Amino acid sequence: MRDVAVVSFAYSAVAEDAHHNETEMIVPVVREALASSGVDHDDLGFVCSGSLDYLQGGPFAFVAGLDAVGAWPPMRESHVEMDAAWALYEAWVAIQTGEVDTALVYGFGKSSPGDLHEIMALQTDPYYVLPLWPSMVDLAALQASAYLDASGHDEKDLAEVAARAQRNAQQNPHAVRKGDLTTEAVLAQPVTHHPLRDADIAPITDGAAAMVIAADDTARRVSKNPVWIRALEHRIEAHGLGVRDLTVSESTRAAAQAAGVGNVEIAELHAQFSHEELILRDALGLNGTTSVNPSGGALAANPVMSAGLIRIGEVARRISSGEAKRGLAHATSGPCLQHNMVCVLEGGN
Amino acid sequence: MAGQRVAVVGVGQTVHRTARKDVSMAGLVREAAQEALDDAGMAYADIDAVVIGKAPDMFEGVAMPELYLADALGAVGKPMMRVHTAGSVGGSTSIVAAKLVAAGIHERVLTVAYEKQSESNATWGLSVPMPFAAPLVAGAGGFFAPLIRAYMYRSGAPRHIGHLVAVKDRLAALRNPKAHLHLPDIDLKMVEESFLLWDPLRYLDVCPSSDGAMAMVIGSESVADAAPNPPAWIHGMAMRSEPTMFARRDQVNPQAGKDCAADVYAQAGITDPRNDFDCAEVYVPFSWFEPMWLENLGFCDEGDGWKLTEKGATAPDGDIPWNPSGGVLSSNPIGASGMVRFGEAAQQVRGRAGDYQVELRTGKALGHAYGGGSQFFSMWVVGRDKP
Repeated sequence: MRDVAVVSFAYSAVAEDAHHNETEMIVPVVREALASSGVDHDDLGFVCSGSLDYLQGGPFAFVAGLDAVGAWPPMRESHVEMDAAWALYEAWVAIQTGEVDTALVYGFGKSSPGDLHEIMALQTDPYYVLPLWPSMVDLAALQASAYLDASGHDEKDLAEVAARAQRNAQQNPHAVRKGDLTTEAVLAQPVTHHPLRDADIAPITDGAAAMVIAADDTARRVSKNPVWIRALEHRIEAHGLGVRDLTVSESTRAAAQAAGVGNVEIAELHAQFSHEELILRDALGLNGTTSVNPSGGALAANPVMSAGLIRIGEVARRISSGEAKRGLAHATSGPCLQHNMVCVLEGGN
Repeated sequence: MAGQRVAVVGVGQTVHRTARKDVSMAGLVREAAQEALDDAGMAYADIDAVVIGKAPDMFEGVAMPELYLADALGAVGKPMMRVHTAGSVGGSTSIVAAKLVAAGIHERVLTVAYEKQSESNATWGLSVPMPFAAPLVAGAGGFFAPLIRAYMYRSGAPRHIGHLVAVKDRLAALRNPKAHLHLPDIDLKMVEESFLLWDPLRYLDVCPSSDGAMAMVIGSESVADAAPNPPAWIHGMAMRSEPTMFARRDQVNPQAGKDCAADVYAQAGITDPRNDFDCAEVYVPFSWFEPMWLENLGFCDEGDGWKLTEKGATAPDGDIPWNPSGGVLSSNPIGASGMVRFGEAAQQVRGRAGDYQVELRTGKALGHAYGGGSQFFSMWVVGRDKP
């Protein structure tokens, strides 16, 4: 395996960006990521993006998105209809073949114009589940109920996660929801989807993220503080909610085992609901010494289709700045944590 | 080619039809996947990872369908990815799967591409009017017809050239039992008398709208050496994209297509494509794209593509058969069509193309796909012999 490092990262997140289309949202983050990477645009070996057509309500969101990159002369380029964390995976694989040494990865999406929670019902089995139109929050609430029943945790534990997310987010300029929130204040909110309250549910967010990665000596040459991707593993689970145990995340556990997590000082978990953080902590075997979601996580800002890549970028940023030496980032896709990725990052040359 | 040796060790394909009402989407992809696994002498349990591709989710109304299809494709507990690069996606998906093996990450990867177009109307699904954007609502044919007219103007090609391709590929499809269109009576007159859709494209110059899926098992060198059936070795693979909105773009003869071909030829040691390949499976969704891509892919000089078509050079009995399977003009499940090209090229060099097998001389074939408004390209070169 070649050593591959994150050499730059940039992202944007706002509750509602009514002033820019997707391409216009991508331009500044791609520019910032490239400018701070030390890699020239013309030297980029590969470009890969992640997006979802149903967010903009038209086909080929990525086609216009590529116009933000300036793909001229023509570039080696690909796209996944998945969170951009999987675009990073494809780019990492391309570097592993030895064909290229650098890659630009980006993701984008606007959740505010449509009804995200209803749109995500389109991920479910089109014959047997979609006709019921379960929103992603309905499905998450089922999982949360099952988890509380099985684990002995209660709504106060969920509220603690939600309150901590917003408190941590006070230091995060990109957070769209933050504040000096207490567990009691969360518990005082009405339950909207039993047992979930508003603060337990990720906020609607528009945004984009971009990352530049580089291999071996290229990374050492362009970056003073490259952050090495020590492991990148992902696994998918069964789709049928009735055929998997919703109270655990077996795919996260398997990905973490393959990755070899070890001791990590920080972890950014792509939990769009409070209970998901608790399930993921269990699956990852995180002990009390790991700082979880210091950015506030997806409960503070959830730009769909880049929120997973942002977890990786947030950990890389903290390692690059010397705040931590080794960290873990997690990305998820699908209803009730169906598909999970674990990324282990480490500083040092 | 970068990385470790990689080969196609199994190929499977559904029967393509206007509407496969006999199967669900899961049933459709499984039909192709099972055939590929049988060909490779494997079961789902032998597979390390699954890579799936298709064109826009709106064609079927399922968002990120790898989630729903994980169970059907035996991916539970494994890594799974979903690629979407417009019409080139079948090719790009094959390449992403092959790179997982070339990188040494996996030994056996199942890759599947599909489209069940009967779930919607693809022509209008391709061009949904968007807020604050100039409405196109032209479908693919309305978009490409002006590029074809520009090609005719540049090259001086006579008007019947497209119709020749329409007839040639439909006659080829008569030897392919899985092809969607079987038109035994097709001739030049029938194409000329079919109604005009977008000048110069008549109804029979255009691909059908199909339900179908294609699957391949991609293996490492040791897997391929032990495979029960002959492998197709991957000698080169490449992707290129260029911007949609760019004044210097030549949409008739795109630079991204030329660069992609140059890259894949360099990897595979191809210097004279017309002579070095035994055949090519090229994405020709509208008849005129055969002469246009003959030039873009360097099978002749610019302006001469139509002459090769007119001479019959690209017919199954010509010196460089193009689309001996019947091509996209005979079966077009959009998201799968690129992988059908890649897989049909593999079947030819494996000697497993049945009644439409071409004679193997160099033992090399080209698989090609393109998408969007001709700005996305993916290609591979496969060979009978190890690279």
